[in-house]
Formats: sequence, C-alpha cells, structure tokens
Amino acid sequence: MKIKALLLGAAATMVAMPTLAGELTVVSWGGAYTNSQVEAYQKPWMAATGNSVISTDYNGGLAEIKSQVEAGNVSWDLVDVELSDAVRGCDEGLLEPIDPSILPDGADGTPALDDFLPGTLFECAVANIVWSTIYAYDSSMMADGPTTIGDFFDLEKFAGKRGMRKGPKANLEMALAADGVASADIYDVLSTAEGVDRAFAKLDTIKDSVVWWEAGAQPPQLLADGEVAMTTAYNGRIFNAVAAENKPFEIVWDAQIYDLDLWVIPKGAPNKDLAMDFVAFSTATEQLAAQASYISYGPARKSSASLVGSFFDKPDLAMAPQMPTAPENFTTAIQNDFEFWADNQDELNERFNAWLAN
Amino acid sequence: MSETATNFSDGVLAVDGTPLKRKLARAMFRSRLRAFGLVVPLLLMIVLAFLIPIVVFLTQAVYNNKFERYMPNVSPMLTQWDGASDPTEDMFAALVADLVITREDKNIGKVATRVNRELSGTRSLFTKSGRKAKNLEAPFKEALIDVDKKWANIATWQAMKVSSKSFTPAYLASAVDLKYGADGSISLNDPDRRIYIKLLLRTLQISVIVTLAGVILGYPVAFLLSTLPVRTSNLLLIMVLLPFWTSLLVRTTAWIAVLQGQGVLNDLFVVFGLAADDDRFSLIYNKTGTLIAMTHILLPFMILPLYSVMKTVPISYVRAAKSMGATNWTAFWRVYFPLTIPGIGAGGILVFILAISFYITPALVGGQSGTMISNVIDFHMRSSLNWSLAAALGSVLLVIVLFLYYLYDRIVGIDNMKLG
Repeated sequence: MKIKALLLGAAATMVAMPTLAGELTVVSWGGAYTNSQVEAYQKPWMAATGNSVISTDYNGGLAEIKSQVEAGNVSWDLVDVELSDAVRGCDEGLLEPIDPSILPDGADGTPALDDFLPGTLFECAVANIVWSTIYAYDSSMMADGPTTIGDFFDLEKFAGKRGMRKGPKANLEMALAADGVASADIYDVLSTAEGVDRAFAKLDTIKDSVVWWEAGAQPPQLLADGEVAMTTAYNGRIFNAVAAENKPFEIVWDAQIYDLDLWVIPKGAPNKDLAMDFVAFSTATEQLAAQASYISYGPARKSSASLVGSFFDKPDLAMAPQMPTAPENFTTAIQNDFEFWADNQDELNERFNAWLAN
Repeated sequence: MSETATNFSDGVLAVDGTPLKRKLARAMFRSRLRAFGLVVPLLLMIVLAFLIPIVVFLTQAVYNNKFERYMPNVSPMLTQWDGASDPTEDMFAALVADLVITREDKNIGKVATRVNRELSGTRSLFTKSGRKAKNLEAPFKEALIDVDKKWANIATWQAMKVSSKSFTPAYLASAVDLKYGADGSISLNDPDRRIYIKLLLRTLQISVIVTLAGVILGYPVAFLLSTLPVRTSNLLLIMVLLPFWTSLLVRTTAWIAVLQGQGVLNDLFVVFGLAADDDRFSLIYNKTGTLIAMTHILLPFMILPLYSVMKTVPISYVRAAKSMGATNWTAFWRVYFPLTIPGIGAGGILVFILAISFYITPALVGGQSGTMISNVIDFHMRSSLNWSLAAALGSVLLVIVLFLYYLYDRIVGIDNMKLG
C-alpha cells in the first residue's frame, strides 16, 4: 500500500513537471562587469525568450575553454574574452565560427557590418565593449593628484605603493609611454630587443613598491584599503567604485591602453543555437547602450553612442564622459596590438616571470 | 586414535593426509586473497582516478606531437636535415603542401603556437603564410621568401626542427633552466629566463621554515592537549579544530585584513609606538606574509598527529625518571621527547609535503617574493597554456619530493612514523 502510494506520487510529480526551457551558461569576468551584463543583457533576454541563464565567473585566458574542448566535454556555452584570446582561440580551432548575418541592424537602420566599429567583428567572435587599462588614485589621500603616466613611475613626487596587473600586458606599454615614447610608436619600439630592455628598466625603478593584482576587483579594494597610493585597473571597476560606492577615486586617462571584449562560443557547446541567439540579442543597439548605463565601458556599435544616457542609479551622472572613447580621455590612447601579443606573449611572459622572481 | 601421523619426509600430516605445512600455506593464501579482495575497490580507484591520469599528464612533459602530427610532409625532412645547411627546395615544397592542408583543417594555430614557443614571432609568420599558401607556385623557395623574409632565416627552420621532434627533452630542460638546442646540445638558459631553480629552492626553503615553525608552535599545544584534564583539553581541541574546518580561502583573506598596511596588527604597532605611522611594517604581499599565513593554516596538521602520539605516552615514565633524580629538563629531553619523535615525524612530513605544493596562500598573500613553484605551474596551465612545460615542472617537483621521501626513510625510517 505504502509503496503504491509512493510510486503514484512519483509518477504524478514527473507528469506535473513543466517542459524545461533552455538554459544557457554565460561566462564573464565577475564583479561589477558581470552585474552590468546581467542587468542589460541577461534579464531582458530571459524575459523575452523564457530561457534561463547560468552566470559563471572566470579570470580570463583560454585554459578552461581549451581543456573543455579537448576533453570533448564542453559545459560553457558563451564566454566573454579579451581580443588576443579570441584570435588565438579561433586560430587553434577552439571556437565556433559566428556568421555576422545573424547580427541585427542598428536602431537607426545601419546594416550591422557598418554599424560595428572597425576591427570589432571576427570569424569566431563578436565584440561587445571597448574597455581600457588606466591608473587611478584616491583623491582624498592626495591633495595634488598625478596627471600623467610619468607621475605613476615617480616615487619621489608621489610616495606610496603602486598596484599593477601581474603580467607584461599593458605594463610594458605604460613603462615605455612614461619613458617618453609617443603613443603611436609604442609597439614599434616594443618590437625591438632594446625597447623591451628599456621598458623593463623603467619598471625596475618602481619594482620594490609594486603590489601585483590578478582579479579585476582587487585594484579598487587595494585603493580603498590604503594599501596602494595608485594602481592600474580596468576603468569600469574604478567607475563602479566611484558611482555605486561613492569612493573618492580619480582616473588618469593619459596613456590608457584600450582593448575589446568579445563574445565567443566554445566548439561543441551544448546550447550553440541559444548562444547565437543571445549574441545577436545582446549586441543589438539598445542592449549595448543599456549596458553602458551600468558600467563605463564603451559600446562596440556606433548607433549606441547616441543612446548612452546616465548612470542607472544617479540621473545626474552622465556616462558619455566616463567612456574610454570620450574625446577628452582619448588624446593619448594606445590600442592594444593583439598581433604583437599573440606573437610575443610567450617570450615576454617568461621574461616578466623571471624579472619578477629575481 | 592418532589423527595425525608423522611421516619423516612430509612432516606433520593433517586429518585428510595432506602435509600440515601445505594446508597452512593454502589457508593463509586464501585469507590473504580475501583481505586483498577487500582492498581491491580502493586500489582500482586510486589507480584509475589518480595514478593513470597523473602518468598520462606527465607524459606531456616529454611528448608534444602538435607539429609532427599536422605537418606530415615536412617533419621527416626536418629530422634528416642537419640544422646548419640551407633548406632545400624540396623542404620548401613540402612546407607549402603542409601549410595548405593545416590551414584548411584549421590546425594551423596549434602548429604556429608550438613553433612560437621556440622562436617568438613565428606564430604570425605561419598564420600569414598559411593564408597565402594556396596561391603559391614552384619555385616555392622564392615564393615563400617573397611572402615573408623570415623564411630565409635559418633560425626559423631550426625552431621548426626542434618542434618536429615529438619525444623531446626540451621541456624538461627548460624546467631546470637549461636550453635544448636544435643540434641536440644542452646549455644554460639566458640569465633573464632563468627562474625555475631559484623558485624550487625558494619553495623548499619556505616549506622547511613552515615545518620547523609548526613543530615549535605545535609541540607545546599538543602537550597541553594531552596532559590537561578531559574537560579543558576538549575545549582546547575544539579551538584547534574549528579554524581547521573553516574554508582555506576565508582564513587567508582574514590574514590580509590583519597583516595589511592599514590593518589590525600595524595599527597596534603604531599605538604602542613600535612603528611610525607612515612607515608601517610590510607584513603581507611578500615572503613574510606567505610564511605567517601558511604556518597558521598548516598548524592543525602538526598538532593532531603529535597529540595522538603524546596521548599514548604514559606520563608515569616522566614521574619515574624524576623519582630517580632526573631534573625536569633531563626527564623531558631524555625520556619524554624520544617517545614523541614518531609524532613529530608524522606531523612534519605531512606539513612539509602539503607546504611544498601550496598554491592558494602564496597566490593571495605572496606578492612577488613569496610565490612558489606551484604558482608558476598554475600560470603555465591557465594563462600561457604551455601544458608541456607545466607537466615538466610538475615532474621535477615530483622527483624532488620522492627523493626527499627516500632520504626521510633512510634517516628516520618510515616505519617509525606513528599517527597514534
């Protein structure tokens, strides 16, 4: 009797279970950035299509994608990667090709291929934001703050520790810029052995005062703790600390190194079609502009620029001047050269690790 | 009735006539088989889920066939080439044929990455040439050099020759700061690329210091736990175990809050005048931070084995020694301490082996001078994707630990290790 009731109950539950909607695993960098994507892309997409999204964090790099694809057991459907990883992953056959014809036209009618900024659409990747590596300081600790990249390397004028991302990327370019190289010539100088030596020599001048960070959320934390006087950071994270947490941080845009973040789909992803649908939806004009109201990363579409408004929580904080691409911030910007890093990152990473350990 | 007959050639016989010795051997064999049968599931699990994956991964340290597999035409020619003379037209033709195939199968990225590790800059050389390879015609040598001058550079071909050898000691050589050249020679690596020996020594040094600190700090605590009345010692035991059960990450980040520049400890130092306000002690993001945090996290692993050994030492021995005229120190050093050495050995080896492979704590609080070899292995696994080098470093670490274990066995004896 009891067993019969149990079996009947189980059967009834199985019948009563609704047909499961699709479930997409979206992987991004965590913290304020993932939050902006959840608000601007994932929630509207879930409301529009009835599917659900599982949000996962990672710290960049292709290792997880590579191990999943090579093991034949892919659990990630959609990943937000840096440009050099997107190009490298595509070359190594780790990513699904994305046909640009699935991308919708801009809100003003421009076809997608023209609407996206030049150099943002690739064989296996579609760009969503323009982000930048800058440096920031706490203006309540310094009356006269630094204004140029040279000030970051000047320990006499501005005492205190520095925070830098652990790795040669962006640090070598900033070192050369502080040593007097013009923004347009940075990668030409860096391609020579003397250029690399020069960059490391400049980094040597502050080496003992550097605290090395790896996760995007660490630099604002280091600044807030007073552990460092200045730190390089992703610009959106500093903006988030200023806007959402009212910290008195200031960004120095001199020699900013801007780069793209793109959506990629690992080869053999279980929900490939849902992922393509999400890519098309999230890179539409309105969604890119909406994302810009949560974090100060520039949309990859030209038509989104006019729709960028103010911070979602503070109507009088306009977002447009906070973007890396705003004209007043862009004067000495350096575009990250992904070809250079794809070619040289192995050697420069080794050199950097050796320099760090010695 | 005599049931056991004695036959002088067989020895004592059992009831059914077989020699007792043989029957005993058979019975013992059966009981040993039964015991083995009980262990087989665990043995299978260890072999399948632990030994085999480790062995498979470690073979990556000496085997990398990314080049040879996807460039089948030019690889045998590279093996025969002496590495010094000019590459022939045949080699160029084979190269172009291979470039066309790999580009179509989308494998050119893997080949380019492999060669790029030997010579920076060849990655874009391969991808660019791959794109143009379909349209090239004989004579291929001029055609390829036209596409990019680097093909005339013998260093490019030497890098390809090293990459085409699937079974290669190159990675193991790099892991110990040596360089494996195209002609098979082994030389010391450039000074600005030599870090692994230094990191290995630093790792060993940190592990030894942590183990010693653990012994010094843990011995009195274990002694207290084993000699106090049950009520108090239970309370103390809970105080040792509760942090042990807290997440490793939480404990490490708690140390960040305590040790940082504006943290609790430095504020106390400033209040008591031990440090100036703008010249605080640098206790974190360096080796000091690693040592402090690791000692704290590994202390329970030292205290618990020590405690369980000390509990079996009868305190009456010490009393007996004192009754025969020994001073407190002599009674401790010559009677009590030698009995607890197995516990120190067990706790010590546990803490040392854990410390050598520690990764999270050095990554979070180590900064630049406190990183250990496991952080570099992680870097090669996750960021540079050079799994062969990570496997090579892992093999070197494994060999070192096995050697130290062998030394420990010779000096202390592994059978002298007691866990209670």
